[in-house]
Amino acid sequence: MSDSQAPSLVWRRRLQPILLPALAIFTAFVFGSLVIVLTDFSVLEAFKNFASAPGGSLSAAWKAIGTAYGSLLEGSLGSPARMIAALQSGDSKQIGDAFYPITESLVAATPYIFAGLAVAVGFRCGLFNIGAEGQLFIGAICSVWVGITLKGLPAIVHIPLALLAGAAGGALWAFVPAILKAKAGAHEVINTIMMNYVAFRLSEWLLNGPLKRPESANPVSAFIQPSAELPRFFPDPIRFHMGFFVALGVAAFIYWFLFKTTLGFEIRTVGANASAAKYAGMNITRNLIIAMCLSGALAGLAGANEVLGVNHNLANAFSAGYGFDSIALALLGKSHPFGVVLAAVLFGTLRSGSTRMQNVAQIPVDIISVIQALVIAFIAAPAIIRAIYRLKAVGEGEGAVFTRGWGK
Amino acid sequence: MPPILELHGITKRFPGVLANDHIDLALNEGEILALLGENGAGKSTLMNVLYGLYQPDEGEITVRGKTIKVHSPNDAIAAGVGMVHQHFMLVPVLTVTENVMLGVESLIGGVFLDRKAAAARIRQIATQYGLNVDPDAYIKDLPVGLQQRVEIIKLLYRNADILILDEPTAVLTPQEADELFKVMRSLVSQGKSIIFITHKLKEVLAVSDRINVLRLGKVVGAADPKTATETQLASMMVGRQVELTVHKEETKSGDIVLQVKELRVLDDRENMMVDGVSFDVRSGEIVGVAGVQGNGQTELVEALTGLRPALSGRAEIAGRDTTHANPRQIVELGVAHVPEDRQRDGLVLSYPVADNMVLNTYYLSPFARGVVIQQPEVDKAAAERVQQFDVRTPGIATSAGSLSGGNQQKVIVAREFSRPIKLLIAAQPTRGLDVGSIEYIHGRIIEKRGQGCAVLLVSTELDEVLALSDRIAVMYRGRIVAVVEAAEVTKEYLGLLMAGVDPATIAKPRKGEQAQAVF
Repeated sequence: MSDSQAPSLVWRRRLQPILLPALAIFTAFVFGSLVIVLTDFSVLEAFKNFASAPGGSLSAAWKAIGTAYGSLLEGSLGSPARMIAALQSGDSKQIGDAFYPITESLVAATPYIFAGLAVAVGFRCGLFNIGAEGQLFIGAICSVWVGITLKGLPAIVHIPLALLAGAAGGALWAFVPAILKAKAGAHEVINTIMMNYVAFRLSEWLLNGPLKRPESANPVSAFIQPSAELPRFFPDPIRFHMGFFVALGVAAFIYWFLFKTTLGFEIRTVGANASAAKYAGMNITRNLIIAMCLSGALAGLAGANEVLGVNHNLANAFSAGYGFDSIALALLGKSHPFGVVLAAVLFGTLRSGSTRMQNVAQIPVDIISVIQALVIAFIAAPAIIRAIYRLKAVGEGEGAVFTRGWGK
Repeated sequence: MPPILELHGITKRFPGVLANDHIDLALNEGEILALLGENGAGKSTLMNVLYGLYQPDEGEITVRGKTIKVHSPNDAIAAGVGMVHQHFMLVPVLTVTENVMLGVESLIGGVFLDRKAAAARIRQIATQYGLNVDPDAYIKDLPVGLQQRVEIIKLLYRNADILILDEPTAVLTPQEADELFKVMRSLVSQGKSIIFITHKLKEVLAVSDRINVLRLGKVVGAADPKTATETQLASMMVGRQVELTVHKEETKSGDIVLQVKELRVLDDRENMMVDGVSFDVRSGEIVGVAGVQGNGQTELVEALTGLRPALSGRAEIAGRDTTHANPRQIVELGVAHVPEDRQRDGLVLSYPVADNMVLNTYYLSPFARGVVIQQPEVDKAAAERVQQFDVRTPGIATSAGSLSGGNQQKVIVAREFSRPIKLLIAAQPTRGLDVGSIEYIHGRIIEKRGQGCAVLLVSTELDEVLALSDRIAVMYRGRIVAVVEAAEVTKEYLGLLMAGVDPATIAKPRKGEQAQAVF
C-alpha cells in the first residue's frame, strides 16, 4: 500500500511549493470578483430584480467581472488580436502600440524584483525589513545625484556608478537599524519604520531645496545626464529598459550568493537557527549586519532603477509603494530569488493592468490592492487554501524564516 | 475480567513509513504495562493515536469494552485516558492548584476561581495516592520530581483511570525515580491502570507487571518481568544480540588537555551557576560530570565551548587560554562538542543532512574554495559519514528534522568525530535515545578515548557516567563537591552526593560493583 503511494507523494511534495501560491492567487481572484460585483452599482441595481429576473442579475454580475478582468488582462498583457494585426501590418508604430501593455508590465515588475529580493534576503536571515521603501528613496536620491552631478562620463562608467550609488545609499540607510539591532538589541521592525519617515522627509526637503530643479515650481529634481540613463530598446512610448535585465542578473546573483557561498550559508543558518549558528562558530552580529545592508542595497537599487530607467529625475512620492508591496511579494515568492522574480512579474502585471481596468470598467485601482492583500492572506495562512481544496499537508523542507518575533 | 483498554489492529502510516502496523495491545485494570521499544519503533505514534493527537488509518480503540473515537486529548480525557508527557505542560508562574485547575476550573458564581475547593481536592488526591505536594507552591519553585507529581495529580483530578507515562524517569535522580515507582504501585493498588513507556530495562523489570516490546511498528513480543532478563529484553527491542556492558580497555592517561581553574559563570538571569570550579581532563581519559539537571553543568559546558562568557577564572585547552575564546577558535583547537540540546544547538532541522554534516567546517577546504561552497565535496563527505556512522536516513538531502532522535544524534556525532580532535565535550550524548543508538554512541566515545582523546562527559544518567568515566566530578549548586575514581564508588553514593549530602557524612563507599551501561 505504502509503496503505491510513494510516487504520488513525491509529486505532491514537488508541486506543493508552486501549487499553494497558484491556488492562493486563483482564490484571491475569485474573492476579488465578489468585491467587484458588490461594488458595482449597475450590478447591485440588477440584483434588485433578482426575484423576478434572476438570469438578468446574474448575467450583469458576470458581465461586470468579465469586463473588469478582461480589461485588466488587456491592460497588462495587450490584446493578441491587435498584436497579430500589428505584426502583419509591419508598421513599427502599430507594433509598438500593440506590445506597449506587456512592456509596461515588465517596467512595473522591475522595481518589484529589486525590492522583493531586498525583503527576501532579510527574511532569510530572520530579519523583517519594513524599511525597503525608505531605503528605496535614499537609493533614488543618491543615484539621481550621481546622475546629475557627474558630467562627461561615458555611459558604461556612469550607469554602473549611479546604480552603485543607489545601492550604497540603501545599504547605509539599512545599516543604522542593523547596528542598532546588533549592538543594542533594538528591534529592526521599529527602527526600519522610523528610518522610512526620515527618508521621506529628507527627500521632501532635498526636492524643495538643494536638489530642486531651479526652473520648476514643483518639488522635482533636474534631469540626470543622458549618459546615466538606463538604455531603452524601443522608440517611445515604450519605456522598457535595461533595468529589467539588471534585475534578473541581480536575482541570479542573490540566488548564487545565498545558496552557493559560505557567507550565504551563514546568513541562512543565522535565520534558520541562530543558536546552531552560534554553536557552529558563526558571527551572528556580523551576519545580521551584512544581511541587512545587502537588503538595503537591493532596495536602493529599486529606487535607482526607477530614476535611471523610467523617470530620469526624482519627484516627490515617485514610488508607488514598491517597498511596502515587496513585503507581500517576498512572502508570495517564499523568499526564494526565483519565486520573487515570478511574484514581481505578477505584481507588475496587476499594477500596470489596473489603470486600464479603471478607465474601461470604472473599477477602482484599489481592487488590485484588495486582490494582492487576499493573495498574501492565503499565502500566510495556507491552512485556508488546504481546507478549500482539500489538500493534505506534506512535510515542508527549508522554508524561509520570517521573523523571530519581538525581543530576541 | 475483560481488559480496561484494548487496541485492535491500530495502523498508522506516514509518508513512506508504516509507523504502526496492526498493533494489538490490552491493558488490564490495576496493572502496570511497560511498553518497550527503540526510538522509531512506534511507541510515541501509538500513544499519540490513543491520546487523540493522530488519527489511526485502521483499527479501533475500546475502553471497558466500548469502542471509542478519539479525535483530541479532550476525548481521551473524557474516556478516562490521561498522559504525562516527557516535557511537562505546566505554567511555571502559577501555583500547583492553578495548574491543576487549568481548563477544568471550578468557579464560584460562574466568575471567580474556587481555589479552596480545588486545593482541598488536590490534598485529598495527594494523601490517597502518596503524592505529597503543597497546593499553594509555585511550579517554578518545585524540583522536577514534584513537578511530575503535579502532572500526575492533573490527570487524577480529571478522573483518569488509565495513565500513560512517557519516559517519566528521564528527568529524575535515582532517588526521585524510586519515589515515582512507589507512587505508581500505590496508584495501581487502588485500581488505576498504567502504561509505562521507557527504554530503561532495569526500571521495566523493577516496576512493571507485564512487558510488551515494539519493534518497527509491530508488537514483537511480550515478556514477564519476573523471569525476563535485561539481555533478553534488549535483544527483543533491537532484533539482534546486544552488548549491555561497556568494555573499556585500560588506558594510560597522558598530558592535561583541558584545565579549568576557579571558573565562574552566570546564567541569563545573572545567577551564579558555576561557582569556582576547578578540574582537569587528560588525554585518553574520560571525566564524567554527574549532577541533577540544573546544577550548573549546562553553563559549565557553554562556557568551555565559547557559547557563554565566563565571569572569572581560567580555562585552558591544549595549553592555550580559551577563557574568552569564541566557539570557532575553540573548534579550531581540535575540540568536538556534542551539545546538550541537539535540536536547538546541534542541528539546523530545516537543513538537509548534508549541510548539517558540515555545519562548522563549511568554510574549510575541501568544502569551500574561497567563498564558494563545493557542494559535490559536501555531498561526498556527507554520504561517507552517513555510511560510516550508520545514520538511518532516506538520503543526504533529507532534512535533519525528519530523522529520529537517535539518527539526529548520529549526524552530530558523525560531524564532530570526523575531524581530528584532542578534546571531546559531550553533554547528555544519549538523552532520549534507544538502546541501539546508546550502545553505538558509547562505543564511539570509548573509541575516541582509546585514540588518546580527552573526554569530558556531562550526563544526568548516573549509569552512563559510571559506565564510561574514569573519574567522576559531582556537581551540586555550581560547585564540584567531589571528584572520585569511577571504579571505587556506587550509584547510591553518587546519588547522595548529587542530592547535596556532605561527602564527609557519607559512610565510605563500598568497593564498586562492575559498572554497567545505562538501559
